[in-house]
Amino acid sequence: MRQSARPRRHCARTPVAEADKNSTSAMPSEPQIASADTLIEIEHVTFGYDASRTILSDVSLRFQRGKVTSILGSSGCGKTTLLRLIGGVHGVNSGSVKFDGELIDAQDRELLFRLRRRMGVLFQFGALFTDLSVFDNVAFPLREQTDLKESMIRDIVLMKLNAVGLRGAAALRISEVSGGMARRVALARAIALDPELIMYDEPFAGLDLISMGVAANLIRTLNDVTGSTSLVISHDVPECMAISDHVVLLASQGRIVAQGTPAELMASTDPEVRQFVRGEPDGPVKFHYPARPLAEDFGVNAGSAA
Amino acid sequence: MTMLAALGARTLDLFRSFGHAAFFFFDLLRAVPASLRRFGLVVVQIHAIGNRSLIIILASGLAVGFVLALQMYYALVTYGAAESLGLIVNLALVRELGPVVTGLLFAGRAGTSLTAEIGLMKAGEQLAAMEMMAIDPKERVLAPRFLAGMVSMPILAILFSAIGILGAYVVAVLLIGVDQGNFWSIMQSRVDVWRDVGNGIVKSAVFGVICSFVALYQGHETDATPEGVAYATTRTVVMSSLAILGMDFILTALMFSTP
Repeated sequence: MRQSARPRRHCARTPVAEADKNSTSAMPSEPQIASADTLIEIEHVTFGYDASRTILSDVSLRFQRGKVTSILGSSGCGKTTLLRLIGGVHGVNSGSVKFDGELIDAQDRELLFRLRRRMGVLFQFGALFTDLSVFDNVAFPLREQTDLKESMIRDIVLMKLNAVGLRGAAALRISEVSGGMARRVALARAIALDPELIMYDEPFAGLDLISMGVAANLIRTLNDVTGSTSLVISHDVPECMAISDHVVLLASQGRIVAQGTPAELMASTDPEVRQFVRGEPDGPVKFHYPARPLAEDFGVNAGSAA
Repeated sequence: MTMLAALGARTLDLFRSFGHAAFFFFDLLRAVPASLRRFGLVVVQIHAIGNRSLIIILASGLAVGFVLALQMYYALVTYGAAESLGLIVNLALVRELGPVVTGLLFAGRAGTSLTAEIGLMKAGEQLAAMEMMAIDPKERVLAPRFLAGMVSMPILAILFSAIGILGAYVVAVLLIGVDQGNFWSIMQSRVDVWRDVGNGIVKSAVFGVICSFVALYQGHETDATPEGVAYATTRTVVMSSLAILGMDFILTALMFSTP
């Protein structure tokens, strides 16, 4: 069902997310937050793509309205999976995911589509429609989801492109824009319908330093200007620390290592947190994937070699 | 016991994949009315699938017409039945060769293109992006292509048969010297519009559904990797071709069981 463009609800800024019982962090306990301030509630979620591989195990998290929350963690720890569960791409094995108090049911397409109209997603590689121009990519959700006149759509698209600094590139084809520009076009498309929640999947991956800085500032600015809630999935520590109100650090199987404000995480003495935020190669998190002993793989007697 | 278990598992997998394909097919049919509301998208796809297949279809039709006339003439003249050439060429084209060869060419030209396009859209997360925008890719992307395939195939088959008959005319009448009046009049008197031409069109419409469905299904279900897309493209040609040949036998038996 098509919707008319409606004014966005601008949310008051609230204290940061509540501490989670799964957290092993030494972060100071944070005050309980009223449910009305919570946009997304993840309660005891366990999920695996198949029975033999659990990606997230008993994860509980809450994300506050109007905040930029970053979820940091090494590759394969379940960050993107968490984003997919919020978007209802997959159903949880157990537990629940709620968006604005509504339970997300991956089997209920009508409900999913209604909730997704309130979400915008920036995919890792943009996921732009390669057969359309920059302008048409941004106009796509407006044309499909609203009954706005073409003249109105034109104005909105140019405003969104202006917000990401690409008004002048409206006529270009997707094959003609660089990786950084493509990410900004995708961002303009993600905010075309003024969503309440914008999810960014690795927004800084593969960008040069200038583009990275621009992208980070855009995320913060858009969040503040539109009053939306932003969820950034990334492993780029400096950028996320610079723009976030709240940071969650995940380890394998979605174990929450720590969460808190960027300053709290940077000041943490927890060895695992320190290893991640400082990018140390070895520590509690091992560099090597679990394997048999080296000597066994190379057919060497470890005792005699020593 | 292990072999038995493996056989059982494979059988179950086979049934599961049939079931999955059946659900996909019904989802596609359910999405057709919505895609009719976006008729502009269907027109664009008819151009992409139909118009761009024209050259290969017309060239093949012409070549088949040439060869068919030549071979039939050599066979018929032995029995003094060269005047039946027009009839035999026409029936062979409109009943069998038109729908079947067009279907096989369509699978190779348009089917592979559909599979690769949908597979790459999946690999580039374009379908996932649509889903996340609360837009059903089956309505927006797949159904218009499915409809376009259904519409294009019979038109292409008609053109194939028409150009094939013209090719046969060139060889038989202009080059060999078969009587022109006889060539055309025997077609007029012995070819039935509904039974022969009509059934040929029905066949080609069925092949259009098969080709489009197989191509879209393979593209949609492909592994989102270069190898996956390549494999799915190959599977489209193989499965479409086998399905067309099998279905052709069944349809021929149903349509032309009486002389």
